[in-house]
Amino acid sequence: MADDAAGTSSTDGATPTPQRPSLPRRVFGTLALLRESPLGMVGAALVLFWVLMAVLAPVLPLYDPLEPLTPFQSMGATAPDGGTLWLGTDHRGRDILSRVIWSSQRVLVWATLATVVAYIFGMAMGCVAGYLGGWWDEVISFFANVLLSFPVMILFVIIVTVLGASGMNIVIAVTFASAPAIMRIVRGLILDLRTRDYVYAAQTRGESPWFIMLVELLPNARGPLIVDACLRLGYTVVAIATLGFLGLGLPPPEPDWGMMIKEAVPLGSFAGREMVIPALALSSLILGFNMLADGLREISLRD
Amino acid sequence: MVLIMAVVSFLLFALFETDKLDVAGKVLGPYSSVEQREIWLENNGYNEPFLKRYVLWVGNALRGDFGQSIELKVPVSQVLGDRLANTGMLALALFALMIPIALAMGIFAGMKEGSLRDRTISITAVATTSIPEFASATLLTAIFVFWLGWLPGTSSMSSGFEWQQLVLPVAVLLLYDVGYVARMTRASMAEVMTSQYVRTAILKGIPYRRVVLKHALRNALIAPFTVIMLQLNWLLSGVIVVEVFFAYKGFGSLLYDAALFGDIYLIEACTLVAVFVAVFSQFISDVGYTLLNPRIRF
Repeated sequence: MADDAAGTSSTDGATPTPQRPSLPRRVFGTLALLRESPLGMVGAALVLFWVLMAVLAPVLPLYDPLEPLTPFQSMGATAPDGGTLWLGTDHRGRDILSRVIWSSQRVLVWATLATVVAYIFGMAMGCVAGYLGGWWDEVISFFANVLLSFPVMILFVIIVTVLGASGMNIVIAVTFASAPAIMRIVRGLILDLRTRDYVYAAQTRGESPWFIMLVELLPNARGPLIVDACLRLGYTVVAIATLGFLGLGLPPPEPDWGMMIKEAVPLGSFAGREMVIPALALSSLILGFNMLADGLREISLRD
Repeated sequence: MVLIMAVVSFLLFALFETDKLDVAGKVLGPYSSVEQREIWLENNGYNEPFLKRYVLWVGNALRGDFGQSIELKVPVSQVLGDRLANTGMLALALFALMIPIALAMGIFAGMKEGSLRDRTISITAVATTSIPEFASATLLTAIFVFWLGWLPGTSSMSSGFEWQQLVLPVAVLLLYDVGYVARMTRASMAEVMTSQYVRTAILKGIPYRRVVLKHALRNALIAPFTVIMLQLNWLLSGVIVVEVFFAYKGFGSLLYDAALFGDIYLIEACTLVAVFVAVFSQFISDVGYTLLNPRIRF
């Protein structure tokens, strides 16, 4: 998203610059770089797998994740209508495979939304604090420090219990918890970038501070921010799943991984599979995000 | 630090006690009438101005008086003390195991950057840190409780202290925390190993063991020290999930129950304590950092 803004600013120069390759080509070029990092490749594959699952969930030949079939069927059992239950059914007879896949969609959609909102606020605060400095910086940094001094989960639990458990409130809670951290990163990057010549050039042209922040500074800070966004998406998925596990997450009956584990835990050893499968699914997705972030960081440090 | 605590306490107070009738409703239960609530508010000094109430509340909190728990009907400070002691025991066991393991992992990995050993340790560290606490709790429970049957699945300690009940909660927290500290130690160690004085020491012909232990370690351990102190903040988050999962009677499950029940005095007290621990550990880590690294002065 930040890439096309960089493209327009580079054509402002007095001498005609060579045309940059189109956006999709540049994205693929970056992804091809990932080949150099085996860790990043594995991470990208894991993330891509779950994203595909999430996107394809409505198309795949799955049972309804809410419809009770026969309870406690083992892996590969036959469903009443003759189909195969690859991962068996849970205590209420719902198809576990279908629930895991539909969960990935729900979790990923809300996690992306929450991360994007947190980024909008975090980047706005970081830009203002870093570029304008002075009192703006003092006040914003102080409030960021106040919010960061809360242990994250406590902040989540308080916000969600005060506002009530719903998707939008989770977005609000994630924003409160993540925006200060994003603000710190953006502020640091901007402090470094604001003394560059192209910023002075824009100031001399008489551009407004907002133009400089959005068009000159942010696109050039994108490298570390993309790595951080990748990690943060992972954190947000964890947060949503953890809240689901604590019974404070996305409301039932649609499944999410945390809620699946929460429902299975009191049943003990009868529901071993029912709790292990979502735990594995969640872990693999988070592992994917972290490895992808590590791979991206490795590549960005290399050149 | 004091300023942050003041703002945090004010935010908490404003969040939970601005709506007076709501407070009375929480204390007297949902079936109390509006008249009853107003009498209660009058008797308990809730009709004073907001700021005056806040100052009184902070004064009481500083003396350790957080009021009466609505759910448990005992003074908050009493419950809080017991639960904090339990969580303290958990944390003690965790740190006693985590610090040596994480430092050893980090040092061994950082000694030869890019070696096979470094790669293996780094990937393990990423992997263990990636697994969210309640997922690893689930997996460990499935293996050690349901499959092998070695350990108890809950840790309520209802019949006195049993060390077996502490194993799984500590293991889960350990898996999550160890990777991060190990990675920080590794980065710091790798940096020190490329420095001039370590190269000089090796070239002087000092045995490699001695170079690592005497020359490199001292400077490499400064960064992990701060990270370990900051780990306390993460621990307070992790402890909620782990204690709820294993039904351990600690600080985290107390806060969780209080939040679900709407026990506002208990939530306020728990949050204040948690933020205080977090801010204080940050302060200690800053002070410790300047002591350990005399080049840094604030």
